[in-house]
Amino acid sequence: MAPMVEAQDVHKSFGTTEVLCGVDMVVQPGEVACVIGPSGSGKSTFLRCVNHLERINSGTMRVDGELIGYREANGKLYELRESEIARQRRHIGMVFQRFHLFPHMTAAENVMEGPRTVRRKSRGACRDQATALLDRVGLADKRDAYPNQLSGGQQQRVAIARALAMEPRLMLFDEPTSALDPELVGEVLDVMRGLARDGMTMLVVTHEMGFAREVGDTLVFMDGGRIVESGHPREVLANPREERTKAFLSKVL
Amino acid sequence: MVAEQTDAGPAPPIKAVPVRHPGRWVGVAVIVVLVAMLVHSFLTNPNFQWDVVGEYLFSDPVLRGLRNTLILTVLAMAIGVVGGVLLAVMRLSPNPVLAGAAAVYIWLFRGTPVITQLIFWNFLAALYPRLGLGIPFGPTFVSVDTNTVISVFAASLLGLGLNEAAYMAEIVRGGIQSVDPGQSEAAGALGLSRTQTLRRIVLPQAMRVIVPPTGNETISMLKTTSLVVVIAYFELTVAVQTIYSRTFQTIPLLIVAALWYLALTSVLSVGQMFIERRFGRGFAIGDR
Repeated sequence: MAPMVEAQDVHKSFGTTEVLCGVDMVVQPGEVACVIGPSGSGKSTFLRCVNHLERINSGTMRVDGELIGYREANGKLYELRESEIARQRRHIGMVFQRFHLFPHMTAAENVMEGPRTVRRKSRGACRDQATALLDRVGLADKRDAYPNQLSGGQQQRVAIARALAMEPRLMLFDEPTSALDPELVGEVLDVMRGLARDGMTMLVVTHEMGFAREVGDTLVFMDGGRIVESGHPREVLANPREERTKAFLSKVL
Repeated sequence: MVAEQTDAGPAPPIKAVPVRHPGRWVGVAVIVVLVAMLVHSFLTNPNFQWDVVGEYLFSDPVLRGLRNTLILTVLAMAIGVVGGVLLAVMRLSPNPVLAGAAAVYIWLFRGTPVITQLIFWNFLAALYPRLGLGIPFGPTFVSVDTNTVISVFAASLLGLGLNEAAYMAEIVRGGIQSVDPGQSEAAGALGLSRTQTLRRIVLPQAMRVIVPPTGNETISMLKTTSLVVVIAYFELTVAVQTIYSRTFQTIPLLIVAALWYLALTSVLSVGQMFIERRFGRGFAIGDR
C-alpha cells in the first residue's frame, strides 16, 4: 500500500525567504502524525503544501500515491488545472486554526456545502449526512445555528464535520485548538481522538503535547524549515536526542 | 450578559431619578415650531400652487416621463451590475491582460463625463456609419446602418449603463476584497472550484458590502437619467421642464417631479432594507 503522505525534499520560499528547506515525511494510512515546533518553523506551511494551498518550489509531494499539483508524463511535469487540483483536494480534509466556517450558512449548510456543490449529491442525502456528522461531533442540536451563534469550540467541531462530509482519506489539522479559550480545547481534542480511533489518517500541526503523546503515532519536531527529529511521541517527548528539541520542549512542557 | 438567578427570585429593579436633559427639550421645541411654520406656509402660501401640482401629478406627459425614468433606471442598472461584476472579476484576475483591460475600461468610463458618453453613443454613426458582423480584418457577412440600431433610447441605455458598470465594478471589487481570504481557502480545501467559490462563498458575503452603495447608485441613477435630454430623449425631469417652459408654472411642476422622485426613492429604500436583511444573515450583532 502506498503511503498516505509522501513528501520528498520539499522546498518552499516566499520571495527570498526559504520557509521549507528540504522536508521528507511519510505518513502511513491510519497513522496519526503530529508536527510540533516554534512559530516560523514552517510546520503550517508544510501542511498547506500537502493540499497545494501553497505551491512547492522543488521536491515532490504525493498523497495516496498521487502527485499533488502536477501530472507526470513522458518524463515531464505538467501543472494541473484548477479543476484537477480541486478534484485532488476532495480527498483531503482540512481544519484551520481560525475555523473559516462560512458565516452566511447555518451549521448544517456548512457541512452540506461540499457534498452538495462539489459532489452534486441530492439535498435529502446531504441533509441526512449533515445530521449524522453533526451528531458525531456532538452538535446535533445546533444544526440551524449560524457560526456567530456558536462558541469557538463548537465552530471548530462544525468545521471538522464539514471536512468529514467529503469522506476524506486524509485529514489535515492546522493548529486546530490554538484560537480557542482553554476550557474549549478539550471538546475539540475529544472529537479528534474519536477520529483517530476510527482509523482516520491525520496530520496534525499542534501545540497540544498531551494530545500528541496520547493519540499520536509519530511526533515530528520542525525548526528552521527542517525536520530536526521524529519518532514515537513518548520517546521524543521523554528522551529527545537533539539539543534543539530539548530546548524547545523545556519551554513548552 | 449573564444574569445571576437566585432562589429568592429576581432582585428588585433599581428605582432612581433619571438624568434630566433640558437641552434636548429646548431642541425639540425649536424643531416643532420650525416644522409647524413650514407646514403652515406649505398650506397657506398660494405661490406653491398646489392645485397645479394636483393637475399635473398624474397627467399623461408626466406619467410617460415617469415610465421612461423607470425603464432607463432599471435597464441601465442591470447593465451596470452585470457589467460591474464581470469587470470586477476581470480586474482581480491573475491574468495581467484581463486585469489591465478592466482597469483601462474603468479609467476611461469613470474619467469622462456621462453627458459626453451619451452624446458619443448618439453620434456613433458619425464615426461608424455601418455596424457589421464578420471576421476581424476579414470579410463582413452582415451589416446595418448604425442609426437604425442605435436609437435615442439605445444610446441612452448604452451611455448610462456602460458608465454605471465602471462605478459598479469598483463597488463589487471592494465587496469581494472585503471577504476574508480564509473563506476562499476553506472553500478550495473542500474541493470547490474558483467559480463555485466565487458564486457560493465569496459573492454572498460580499453582497453585504455591495448592497448599500448599490442602493446609492440606483437612487442616483434615477435622477441621472434626466441627462438624456442632451440627446433629445425624455423622462420625468424633461417632461416637467417641457411643460413649465410653456406654462411658466416652474415651481409646482418641479414639485411634481420631486414628489415622484421621493416616492420612487422610498420604494427603493424599502427594497434595499429587505435585500440587506437577506444578506445580513449570520452577521447580525444581536444574534447570540
